[in-house]
Amino acid sequence: MPVVLDADRMARSLARIAHEILERNSGPGSIAELALVGIRTRGVPLARRIAKSLLDISHHEVPTGALDITLYRDDLSSHAVGPQPLVRKTEIPFSIDGKLILLVDDVLYTGRTIRAALDALIDFGRPKAIQLVVLVDRGHRELPIKADYVGKNIPTASTQNVQVHLMEIDGRDEVEVLP
Amino acid sequence: MKKDLLGISDLTADDIYRVLETAEAMREVGQRPIKKVPTLRGKTVVNLFYEPSTRTRTSFEIAEKRLSADTLNVAVSASSVLKGETLVDTAMNIEAMAPDMIVLRHSSSGACHLLSRICRSRIINAGDGMHEHPTQALLDAFTIREHKKEIAGLKIAIVGDLLHSRVLRSNALLLTKLGANLWVCGPPTLVPPGIECLGAHVTTSVDEAVRDADVIMMLRIQQERMQGAFFPSLREYFNVFGMTKERVKRAKPDVIIMHPGPMNRGVEIASDVADGPYSVILEQVANGVAVRMAVLYLLAGGVEDETAA
Repeated sequence: MPVVLDADRMARSLARIAHEILERNSGPGSIAELALVGIRTRGVPLARRIAKSLLDISHHEVPTGALDITLYRDDLSSHAVGPQPLVRKTEIPFSIDGKLILLVDDVLYTGRTIRAALDALIDFGRPKAIQLVVLVDRGHRELPIKADYVGKNIPTASTQNVQVHLMEIDGRDEVEVLP
Repeated sequence: MKKDLLGISDLTADDIYRVLETAEAMREVGQRPIKKVPTLRGKTVVNLFYEPSTRTRTSFEIAEKRLSADTLNVAVSASSVLKGETLVDTAMNIEAMAPDMIVLRHSSSGACHLLSRICRSRIINAGDGMHEHPTQALLDAFTIREHKKEIAGLKIAIVGDLLHSRVLRSNALLLTKLGANLWVCGPPTLVPPGIECLGAHVTTSVDEAVRDADVIMMLRIQQERMQGAFFPSLREYFNVFGMTKERVKRAKPDVIIMHPGPMNRGVEIASDVADGPYSVILEQVANGVAVRMAVLYLLAGGVEDETAA
């Protein structure tokens, strides 16, 4: 299957999302309440890129953190065979109380990762609101979860595999759908 | 990882690094306002301690609770053991109530291996006789890495009662697996025969062991395990083997001093060293919780050679 999003279109999608974020949160003082939290692994560089765009557009530095959801997964005990997934560090170097959190991930699929991320975030405090940013929405939700900002909707079959490659991790910007 | 954590001897260097890296993430959980994650929700962990313990038992219990496991402590002094029940019978009865893990401390070497063969639950060794204390060695390694980055190439001196020490055995196995230059030192009566098989340099001179050391680890004189006279007096022991400020000066300027606790102040270690600037003894205790959380998490996963479950 072909590349469904190349580097140029990915950059434009992220820039558009940054503008949408500012449009939706334009009330007095709103921008000071914004904070970005990327879900490991690929949500983290995406959150940093959006932070950079927000800085360029609004000259406002939005604090950015990284969230690892492994300890909140709902499938840990059902993985009876095979070792536990690697746990990495959660780094949220600011208080989320009263903040408008923009939760960032690469692909929205079943929604289970986002469920885990919401539980994890709420253990850090009481944000004013949480909005969801995803680069790709591929459908097939298993939980009542919807993204607020979507880079690209890509209809897929559940047998397919959506792979996001990012410069910071994989050396190139590209989204592919594999059979 | 295998089904159980019985000793460092079962772990590869990769397993050890995996525990230490996982512990890094677990430490962050302990720094949050809500120090709890739902990872082991619904799992039951029994802490079965046949020997007195403050640090290890508390540390395991806090680690279990931070991972949301249901924990219970069997205090042997108030249990059927006093009525003459054997370890195996006690374990089989606990096992009948279907816990997921048993953390065992016992005064006999190999007690955990015995339970490992008969129990379906995961067994974690919290110290068995004079054999191993794997989580102590893992938290020591975590603490050393925090200060020195890499363990490979460090000169590490372990000084004290080598004969009775399970902490020594687990540490020697772990530190040599990771490439440390290990020196062990104690009075000849407390040096177990064959200790050099663990890959350590053996000396009876504290000055030689400590010279240019990156890490000094003191071991407790375990009087409760001593039948007979191993040295003339505690004062004599302190004079020859005790860690004093003057002896610390022979080590590297950035040396760290460790002790697994409980300390005998004025026997193996002087108070001004234990409380001094090089001491990381309380950091060891703090790191113990994160390392035990990592072990509990990793053991809760599946294993390839699982047969009983």
